[in-house]
Amino acid sequence: MSNTKYILGSFADPDEMMHGIDKLQANNISIYDCFTPMPIHGIEAKLGVKPSRLPIAAFCFGALGTVLGFSLLYYTMAHDWPMNIGGKPSLPLPNFVPVTFEVTILLCALGMVATFFFRNHLFPGRAPRVMDLRASDDRFIIAIDAHENADHALIESLLKDAGAVEVKYNERKYVSYE
Amino acid sequence: MSSHNESILREPLVTGKDITYAKVTDDILLPVENKPNKAWWIGFIVAALGAMLWVVSVGYTFWTGIGAWGLNKTVGWAWDITDFVWWVGIGHAGTLISAVLLLFRQNWRNSINRSAEAMTIFAVICAATYVVAHMGRPWLAYWIFPLPNQFGSLWVNFNSPLVWDAFAISTYFTVSLVFWYCGLLPDIASVRDRATGLKQKIYSVLSFGWNGSVKTWQRFEIVSLILAGISTPLVLSVHTIVSMDFATSVIPGWHTTIFPPYFVAGAIFSGFAMVQTLLLILRKVMNFENYITMFHIESMNKIIMVTGSIVGVAYLTELFIAWYSGSEYEMYAFANRVAGPYAWAYWAMMTCNVISPQLFWFKKIRTSIPISWVLSIVVNIGMWFERFVIIVTSLHRDYLPSSWAMFYPTWVDVGIFVGSIGLFFTLFLLFLRFLPGIAIAEVKLLLKSASLQQKTKLVQEGAFPDEQVKFFQNSLDKYDSVSEEDIKALDVRK
Repeated sequence: MSNTKYILGSFADPDEMMHGIDKLQANNISIYDCFTPMPIHGIEAKLGVKPSRLPIAAFCFGALGTVLGFSLLYYTMAHDWPMNIGGKPSLPLPNFVPVTFEVTILLCALGMVATFFFRNHLFPGRAPRVMDLRASDDRFIIAIDAHENADHALIESLLKDAGAVEVKYNERKYVSYE
Repeated sequence: MSSHNESILREPLVTGKDITYAKVTDDILLPVENKPNKAWWIGFIVAALGAMLWVVSVGYTFWTGIGAWGLNKTVGWAWDITDFVWWVGIGHAGTLISAVLLLFRQNWRNSINRSAEAMTIFAVICAATYVVAHMGRPWLAYWIFPLPNQFGSLWVNFNSPLVWDAFAISTYFTVSLVFWYCGLLPDIASVRDRATGLKQKIYSVLSFGWNGSVKTWQRFEIVSLILAGISTPLVLSVHTIVSMDFATSVIPGWHTTIFPPYFVAGAIFSGFAMVQTLLLILRKVMNFENYITMFHIESMNKIIMVTGSIVGVAYLTELFIAWYSGSEYEMYAFANRVAGPYAWAYWAMMTCNVISPQLFWFKKIRTSIPISWVLSIVVNIGMWFERFVIIVTSLHRDYLPSSWAMFYPTWVDVGIFVGSIGLFFTLFLLFLRFLPGIAIAEVKLLLKSASLQQKTKLVQEGAFPDEQVKFFQNSLDKYDSVSEEDIKALDVRK
């Protein structure tokens, strides 16, 4: 038992997992993380996970796109080499709308997704840090740090009461490295 | 999450018995984890032959120049731009399903968004090939982008809709690809965690190390929502700009302010028809009948009917405005469309796009799989003719009667078009073979709210009044994946 690093409560049903979180929290047992095959709505509030700031990043990248897109148009059309094209003004603002808009969308999307990948350490070839291989299939996993929470018997009984189909004592943090 | 139950008046989005989370994964990954069946191989070989025809035709065009096409000095744009607009339009439905329906919280999108987005990406690839091919000197394609160069620097003309189009299409392709791939990450992780050996290694690289933790899912949902929010104006802008390729010119029949909304409606119309064409086959061959149900088919047919009606109104408005404008050239352009040498194309367009979708007012027709499939192809033919009519009939009789001409396609024109359909299906079949064709995680979200199994359980527990259950039972009649027994099971009360 002493080598156990993480205790995993494996649930077959998301509602039972939420119930398990409530029970653990009522007994002051801290939860390391949960791994689920689909997004669970309301779990962030329960675990005290702060709202994501990605919308702010998306807005900043979008604003950057607007500035860069417009600057490109201004520089090429009005500053670097103004040309008489069919007698049109060299700073035709309505004609600048489509390209400025497209560059805004492009930078907003790419910047936001890049931020998401960077913050979550997602990139091609990253070794998957998976605690239970069925968490991407049909199991809803609550992971509990075994060193921080000493009373393993209590944890097991709480998880089982809540409806866990299996309780695992993992000596390695990530099983996916094998 | 199931703190409240979905109304029984809503039709189920997932049917079938003993549907569990594990069964959803098994069902959807079946084509990915096993060797493909005969139907896949036949489809793939036919499609690959088409793609080879495309390579030959495009290669021939690059070698000899666009003189290989049937163009002449009067009709300088014909099948290439027709096919380009057709493909871009088809792509629009994927974004509409994944973005607009997400913003409107339409849960039926969950099981069709993945394949529709894949369709978008492959359709835009097909469209982009025409842009490059019709340039004549494709090795100079990069001239469309504002790159520093040794001519001065001489920049591109940002007053030109063709330059806007390059920006719009490349942004659209990039954003669609990013949206599609982000959605794929959790499902690729599902394949990875069940695979072994080399397959596991490949899917591990592709999965970007996805692990499904709370924070990952939280950010994933935010990213999906914002991408949907920015894709919606993007998709409208793309076909608006495509229509401006024509609308900002001074050619009678092109120079109309109705083009942007009319093109966008037409794009959604043809795109949904293509989604219908693909999904009706897909659900049968891949055994996805429980996930892509009659409700999905009927809903898409309703959208085809609505957008078809919008397109019909646009055709009539064009005719009215041509007459009302009093402009001699405008009136002639439309008289020539209706009764000139290309009248057969005009009336083919009118029949396929305006009359045939009206058949979907009949419930029998819009819930019939064979008829829906045939009509979806009819709509796609009609939408091809729409672009052909707009482009060729406006050009072939211009201001100088001495230069009036007809357009006759060569084998290269035909080869590129038929070949691009082959290319599209080749890419689509490869996608079905190697990536999950339905968004697994998103379908799992529906199991405890919108599945027939869950609704049956609640009915049997007596959660709903009898007249609502009766209504629900009647709505199940049209489902081909629901048996008589399933409907009778709703009469049982515990």
